[in-house]
Amino acid sequence: MKRLLEGSQAVAEAVRLCRPQVVAAYPITPQTHIIERLAQHVADGELKAEFINAESEFGAASIVLGAVVGGARAFTATASQGLLLMTEVLYNIAGLRLPLVMVCANRAVGAPINIFSDHQDSMSVRDAGWIQLYVESNQEAADTLIQAYRIAEACELPVMVCMDGFLLTHTFEPVDLPAQVAVDNFLPPFHFSRTLDPARPMTLGGASEVDNYQEYRVAQHEALENASALIEAFDAEFGEQFARTCGGLVQGYCLDGAQTVLLGMGSLMGAVRDVVDKLRARGEAVGALRLRCFRPFPASALVRLLSGVQRIIVLEKAISIGAGGIVAAELRAALQQAGTPVEGVVGGLGGRDLTPDVIEKIFQEVTPDEGGNTLRFASTHVSPDSKKEVDNG
Amino acid sequence: MDRRDPFRHNVLTSGHRACSGCGEAMAARMVSDLIGPDAIYINATGCLQVFTTHNQQSAWQAPWIHSVFANAAAVASGVEAALRAQRKKTPVVVQAGDGGTFDIGLQCLSGMIERGHDVLFVCYDNEAYMNTGVQRSSSTPHAVHTTTSPPGRVSQGKRHLKKDLISIIAAHNMPYAATATIAYFPDLKAKVEKAMGITGPRFLHLLSPCPLGWAHDSALSVSVSRLAVETGLFPLVELEHGELTGVMRLAEQKPVEAYLRPQGRFKHLFDSKEGGVELRHLQALADARIRRYGLLETDTQWDTHSAMQSARHGRGGYASPMSTVEALNSDA
Repeated sequence: MKRLLEGSQAVAEAVRLCRPQVVAAYPITPQTHIIERLAQHVADGELKAEFINAESEFGAASIVLGAVVGGARAFTATASQGLLLMTEVLYNIAGLRLPLVMVCANRAVGAPINIFSDHQDSMSVRDAGWIQLYVESNQEAADTLIQAYRIAEACELPVMVCMDGFLLTHTFEPVDLPAQVAVDNFLPPFHFSRTLDPARPMTLGGASEVDNYQEYRVAQHEALENASALIEAFDAEFGEQFARTCGGLVQGYCLDGAQTVLLGMGSLMGAVRDVVDKLRARGEAVGALRLRCFRPFPASALVRLLSGVQRIIVLEKAISIGAGGIVAAELRAALQQAGTPVEGVVGGLGGRDLTPDVIEKIFQEVTPDEGGNTLRFASTHVSPDSKKEVDNG
Repeated sequence: MDRRDPFRHNVLTSGHRACSGCGEAMAARMVSDLIGPDAIYINATGCLQVFTTHNQQSAWQAPWIHSVFANAAAVASGVEAALRAQRKKTPVVVQAGDGGTFDIGLQCLSGMIERGHDVLFVCYDNEAYMNTGVQRSSSTPHAVHTTTSPPGRVSQGKRHLKKDLISIIAAHNMPYAATATIAYFPDLKAKVEKAMGITGPRFLHLLSPCPLGWAHDSALSVSVSRLAVETGLFPLVELEHGELTGVMRLAEQKPVEAYLRPQGRFKHLFDSKEGGVELRHLQALADARIRRYGLLETDTQWDTHSAMQSARHGRGGYASPMSTVEALNSDA
């Protein structure tokens, strides 16, 4: 049965269904509704977990780290500044190969301080060693959260479920919440192979030096790459059990015969599909590709899906200041042999709307430029000074 | 082989890489043997973590984890919450140096205590960042020579007072907080055992000499620890729910010089007129602590008042009269 749920509520209900034993968090907009609802569930006895109000996000990440090595399934959520404050611990969690799930309610990073949605926060920690899954809808947020625990615990890798702040966290959509028994069937009870236990003393997090540090890092990289197959497999298995999937690693739309494909992540892809429908109806050979899994970067799947495409536009809500689009750069590297031009557009920063009009303009106006690699900025504002801006007047 | 027999098997075994005479290694061996191997140990970054784990080797015979520098108390909070959720009773112990306690780890420690986690936090205080090469911490006593508080033409080492951490900790109104040193093992043993018998957050502050950073003979670590107590600079106290409930009284007060002389980190104070001002101030600080905790039957013979009144002008603990500092500055 579908219920009308805010994205935060949907994801909190999914967390409850996964039966975490420790939830730790620190308040930050737009993540707070998630932990407020979980706190209420704990207060009402509907979720039997220790709810820990951390003294900072750095503390919250450290508490869930401790909870996992103590043998408990754990959950935390944050956004923006909070995610950056966690950064040191995020790397540590990944390096320790801990099965942990967190939600990043994607929000811009200051200065200037801005509470609205873009992907700068999670994109800034893309190298920390976490699996990153970007969801498109409230339903997917809930479903991906459940899959995330399965992935994390099978691979002993942390998973970050990235959902657009406000656009999803504060927006109501009909959501079909699975039954507890179905989730219990899909997600086995928590088990961590390196739980701290006096009956089996183990040293975790010891020093490593020149002779073996690099091997640890290589192993971590390989583990993340190997996770790709499981991310796809568990999405398929979820589909068999719940009759819906979340898009595996990448999800194509109207790719058959598409000459121009727009690639993006997160909630903006609904609008992109609408625009694709409109342009297709006018006979334009366009398609869309949603990158659900950004880490591990599904390079081979992208190359396969984009073969034969003449022009790729990447529309992304984050920027590597001084370099340009992040996804665009990685996609260019993946497509180096194919030689398909990749046009980078950065937009939607700090919550600016990427409306169908803006997206349509991007399809129509972004053409291969002479030097390649030119970064364009999508904007709903007229900016006569900037020839590089794509605006909707 | 019974790893639980502390006479044969230490929780922290030999073969680790601590310097000879390391006060922290001695303190950690004593504390962990008193607690035993049936506990989970969480270690902050620092000497103890570095010298006990190395390239897949470990000196720990108990479950042990190191995450990062600042978060040991938060990791312990999570471990304890996980154990509570699973209805397990394993004790949780944090070990950290003064950097991981007084400075970078203080926020997580305060959070852990405020939330009432059932964790023993042990601070091995060697009064500077020894692992990185003897840099000043907020635990470094004033006037001490460290690599980032060097004495020079216009200053006499660290310019600020050692942070009064035990008072900050006790102000959380937590069940138990105490100070101890390796020089008084029966006292240390009683405090560890008392702490382990209490539920809730507990804190032990152990002064742990560092022969390298304090520049004393490595054979003197225990003696120097004892002198810190005997001079009144490091009172041995217990606080329960914020109230002082126990002090180790002194039969007599030794002059601070007896403690300072064997240590190279105070050497510069004996070479100059300005150093003399700092010596008087250090004596005054010892006197003040003796008075505060009632360590002597009679009042101290030293002149507490005058040295405590030296012009600080908001500069923390640095005792040199501003006129002296200004005169030296104007020379330059």
